[in-house]
Amino acid sequence: MRRLLIEGLLKAPLTEARPRDDDAMLAELAERLQKSVRRALGHSLSIRQVDAGSCNACELEIHALSNVYYDLERFGLRFVASPRHADVLLVTGPVTKNMREALERTYNATPNPKWVVAAGNCACGDDLFGGYANVGGVEKVIPVDLHIRGCPPTPTALLQGLVALMERAAAQS
Amino acid sequence: MSFATTLLELGARIDAHQTGPRVAVDREVWWRVALEVAQGNVTLLALWSDGRDVHMAVLDEVEGEVSVVSLACPNGRFPSVGRTHPPAVRFERAIVDLYGLVAEEATDMRPWLDHGRWGVRHPLGAAKPDAAAGLPYAFLPAEGPPLHQIPVGPVHAGIIEPGHFRFHANGETVVRLEERLGYVHKGIDGLMRGAPIARAALLAGRVSGDSTVAIALAFARAVEAAAGVEAPPRAQILRAVMAELERVANHLGDFGAICNDASFSLILAHCGALREQVLRCANAGFGHRLMMDRVIPGGIARNLDEQGAANIRALVAHIRRYLPHLVRVYDNSASLQDRTVTTGILKPELARQYGAGGYVGRASGRAFDARRTLAYPPYDTLRFEVPARTAGDVDARVWVRIDEITQSLSIIEQCLEKLPNGPIAIAMDAALAAAVGQEATTLVEGFRGDVLAWVRLGPSGTIANAYIRDPSWLQWPLLEAAIEGNIVADFPLCNKSFNCSYSGHDL
Repeated sequence: MRRLLIEGLLKAPLTEARPRDDDAMLAELAERLQKSVRRALGHSLSIRQVDAGSCNACELEIHALSNVYYDLERFGLRFVASPRHADVLLVTGPVTKNMREALERTYNATPNPKWVVAAGNCACGDDLFGGYANVGGVEKVIPVDLHIRGCPPTPTALLQGLVALMERAAAQS
Repeated sequence: MSFATTLLELGARIDAHQTGPRVAVDREVWWRVALEVAQGNVTLLALWSDGRDVHMAVLDEVEGEVSVVSLACPNGRFPSVGRTHPPAVRFERAIVDLYGLVAEEATDMRPWLDHGRWGVRHPLGAAKPDAAAGLPYAFLPAEGPPLHQIPVGPVHAGIIEPGHFRFHANGETVVRLEERLGYVHKGIDGLMRGAPIARAALLAGRVSGDSTVAIALAFARAVEAAAGVEAPPRAQILRAVMAELERVANHLGDFGAICNDASFSLILAHCGALREQVLRCANAGFGHRLMMDRVIPGGIARNLDEQGAANIRALVAHIRRYLPHLVRVYDNSASLQDRTVTTGILKPELARQYGAGGYVGRASGRAFDARRTLAYPPYDTLRFEVPARTAGDVDARVWVRIDEITQSLSIIEQCLEKLPNGPIAIAMDAALAAAVGQEATTLVEGFRGDVLAWVRLGPSGTIANAYIRDPSWLQWPLLEAAIEGNIVADFPLCNKSFNCSYSGHDL
């Protein structure tokens, strides 16, 4: 273990610079956040992730945000265990009918002001999964402030979206 | 005499089935097979329906042969297999929910996938409209004055898939855990029906994202076998490279996550970096970090160039150099070992009874690996071992994963060494047009265990019916057994050491 720790001190960090802004996501945010409640947030957002029926590929990439390459927490973004502690719901999946109520209750348990990010093509309303078992997109159940596309979205895309959301939200205050 | 030979004497062989025998039997033979399964002479792999028949896939472990037993259900009824063989219970509950067939004398009549939210009952059978008001669910009781219940989920504290766990605890000790799943049921069985093969392949790749290569491979191999074609040699080898990269990435991620669940975050940080390097290498070589939609019926969708192969070779060398340091930390940290050794023991008898695949079975003495026992290409030409242990605890499952990483690295190297030039896919259209109604069943080893896929081809390049069984089906019930008598605080460790798929199970 000593060797690992010493190497860790001597080597340059693996963590990468923040990704460049994505114009489409910035435009969506600019429009959405004009209408949102004004409030000083500081430069920090707490995120509660809700899997509403994803195949778990989105979860894998959301997990990757915490590895040393992306290191989400350096931007003031962190995942919390309860919707009661959250500013942002990060929702994945086509919203299965069996998860609809759980998603609604999670949303209602999140204090205002709150933002909802739909992550992944299913959550954004693509119709790969239709049929009797799916609602088909987060927007059909709760209001969405930002869409991050991809199947699954890359950690870079997720980071672009979340960092932009945080900065725009703080700028509104 | 092998099981398949006996079976063929007792029933009528279905000629359309291209891989191993599928045999149509009467109720009496169905019941006899159920008893064979219950006695452990053959292993139940899956039990499913296409709406008309019920099918039971069984594995003869001595012969290494998969047979499918089918029973027509003209009256909408079939004799319950779960009555004598508990691993079949959830399969039957799912069949009842989806198709409305009746499992006669079933021991558990509660719905499983159907939570009463679909607005329809039996959506794939004689569908009836429903109020979608939600069905009540009675958890199995545990009684006694000091017991209390802990409900967890479906929305969990971490970044995890949804499912509900109901613990009955006596103080800190778990007396009974019962799972309630089905929250991420997307109706993939139904969506596959009549779907063009390209769309069905997309769905197969999204049954469980962490196993996208393995499940896409099982599906593609089933379609190819049904159509009587084989993917070109280069594609076969590159499929194995992708499958092993997927295995390494998942094992690395889970090794770190298990240690993190014991609050040992150092290994998570290092494994997280290694895992990221695997995904980046996959992205550079195959154009997608998880290699989704890269395995397609007929071959693969993206060739690996020289630079991509060189990256993978460098990655293999790097992990081989780096991982032993992490393993040494794991092995030498008493605080970590204290949490993993003797925690969450899965007894070998149960692993055998349930036909537990992957590291769950192999850590409890069931050394089955589809790559070895069924030796599908290119594994028939590769040298590798199937690591197994008998302790059955969290520690044993961690070690099996560590040992499997080493084996996978060697397999990747061997594949790159023998990688032939040539096409990476064949055109399937003519073969598919000539194979309407043909079927096949395949078994492919994913990181989590053996994935079963059955397909029946339809007209004009469609899938008539398909069924995919994720290994989690047979592992989830075992988690309930493994946690019994452990403290509640060790549940995350046990759960992560199994790492069953919710999406793969709920389908």
